Amino acid sequence: MDYFAQQAINAIQQGSIYALIALGYSMVYGVLTMINFAHGDLFMVGAFACLLIASFFPLPFIVILILVMLATGFLGALLERLAYRPLRNAPRVSAIITALGCGLVIENVVLSLSPYAKPMPPLFTVTGYHIGGLSVSTLQLMIIGVSIALMLGLDFLIRRTSFGMAMRAISFDAKTVPLLGIPLNRIISVTFLIGAGLGGAAGMLYGQAYPVIAASMGILVGWKAFVAAVVGGIGSIRGAVLGGYILGTVEVMTVAFLPSTYRDLVAYSLLLVILIFKPYGLLGKAPNQKV
Amino acid sequence: MKILRFAGIVPLIGLLAGCGSGAPSAKVGLNVELTGEMPAVGASAKNAAELFISQQNAAGGIPIGDQKIPLELVVGDNAAKADQAASVANKLIAQDNVIAMVGPDASACAIPASEIAEALKCPMISPWSTNPKTTVDVTTGKPKEYVFRACFTDTFQARVLAKFVLNNLKKTSAAALYDVASEAPNGQANLFRETFEANGGKMVAFETYTTGDRDFSAQLTKIKAANPEVIFLPCYYNDVPLIVQQARRLGITADFVGSDTWSTPEIIKLGGGEINGSYFCNHYSTQIATDVAQKFMTDYRAKYGQDPDDIAALTYDSFGILTEAIKAAGKLDRQAVRDALAKISAYNGVTGSFKFEGTGDPVKSAVILQIKDGKFVWVANATP
Repeated sequence: MDYFAQQAINAIQQGSIYALIALGYSMVYGVLTMINFAHGDLFMVGAFACLLIASFFPLPFIVILILVMLATGFLGALLERLAYRPLRNAPRVSAIITALGCGLVIENVVLSLSPYAKPMPPLFTVTGYHIGGLSVSTLQLMIIGVSIALMLGLDFLIRRTSFGMAMRAISFDAKTVPLLGIPLNRIISVTFLIGAGLGGAAGMLYGQAYPVIAASMGILVGWKAFVAAVVGGIGSIRGAVLGGYILGTVEVMTVAFLPSTYRDLVAYSLLLVILIFKPYGLLGKAPNQKV
Repeated sequence: MKILRFAGIVPLIGLLAGCGSGAPSAKVGLNVELTGEMPAVGASAKNAAELFISQQNAAGGIPIGDQKIPLELVVGDNAAKADQAASVANKLIAQDNVIAMVGPDASACAIPASEIAEALKCPMISPWSTNPKTTVDVTTGKPKEYVFRACFTDTFQARVLAKFVLNNLKKTSAAALYDVASEAPNGQANLFRETFEANGGKMVAFETYTTGDRDFSAQLTKIKAANPEVIFLPCYYNDVPLIVQQARRLGITADFVGSDTWSTPEIIKLGGGEINGSYFCNHYSTQIATDVAQKFMTDYRAKYGQDPDDIAALTYDSFGILTEAIKAAGKLDRQAVRDALAKISAYNGVTGSFKFEGTGDPVKSAVILQIKDGKFVWVANATP
């Protein structure tokens, strides 16, 4: 029982990180129907921004978190303004390739500045609690807590504010919305800001949990979070969160009860099966057919 | 118009050809991991190569016949990727026309590069690749003719480590966690399991992850439930600190034992306190250095301001045996150099003495080191 409970905690921690990153993919897809493949690299920038800020200014955790989110958020918005906006009416494939290219550029800029993996200093003292055979640390609780708080905040923003309503409207019909006086570009910029900011926050939490950071750290996690977003139903915010937790749970539980070599095989086969039965993801909707 | 343009090119070709007939030099290729997952490995290799070449050229170069020929280094970055290692090998051998290639270091890169070297009949020396497949043709089981290495093999290393755990640490139950997608760690884990079990030990857990993973909590929770006395981690230096840290947080108290994949000081920088007390198998120790090694360490420190790790030492030795072979061959010819390499019977290098006996694998010894208060401390010697 202890064993299962311990693995469940591992799964929730893993799932929280995936969910937080998956949100960024889903939000951007929601408003622009494009996949921002540079998102995994924005996640990595979040970890490096945290390292940079923390090594010069010994600020409290929450202040650093806000600064990191702002820094990566603005980088995301800048990316949209410079690279994606000129291609908004170009074929989707061009936009996606541009995103891949932007990701590689960001990654290689960081690589050239910091070719070595860097240790991440802890931002607060981690206390471990051992209850029976179960180990939980303040770090784990903090990661799970901050992730859930950010996701609840986003959910509120999207469902209860006028900005959220505008975002949902764009996602529903991007052609008509500007005719109604809604500033399309500004809403899209803010969407990128928030999406990239959440990715940056995930990068920072990830850096705290796994304190060796490198320019390549966003690639694998980014892809996995993208898969989580698709399984949850890309474009759907709650779907991204659900997908993140499902992926985390399946990965951890496969290792827990099967040889760990089968982890990716089992995890991704299962996700493929989900997509066979729910091609638009668990909470995704089929696109509106306009005749 | 077309003719005019062509006319412009002809003298250019003449000019290029003219360059080739200038002062002769022996070009040596260096195919290393400068970027990617293990930049510390590439940096050490490049430093050691440049040190060797500057020393050799300061002395006039390699004596061949009645003249001395300087060495020239051609560096290629394989980014720690298998495909890039192969294309760098191709470029160095076919395009830059090197006399021999040193590197790659990671087995995942050295194996594909060795196929190219073997096919193009160019001598290759891998300083650090310990996987048996680097020097052995897997399809025929015969040793490759043109591929050599300056380090011991994983088969030897696994035997040394299994015996160390059983006889010195007196522990009989072990677990392993390794990167299943990476050649050297994968081979080391399996060879360790074989020899450990054959000598009376018991593997209670055998878990894997893939390159790029940062979370090992699921695997470690499983290992914790199996309750081993020792955990074998044949993992590269950037994964080890994370695994050790996560294991301690889960309340695992077992000793950690690693392979030569640990052997760069970066592991201490990244590892924090948790890695203290762990053991690993290495190619040489700065504490039991011979005169040759002392001189190398002094020169390296003077030039780069840091201690050389074993990749630096092995790279230096690779260049050492290569120049020895070029001298013995008496000409800049790949086949002659290859034959001379295979005949090296006693070379006294930084990492000890070694000789080749019919294969590309040298006969040489290993050491066991412990990480203690931020330093690598010598614990034991192991002879073949």
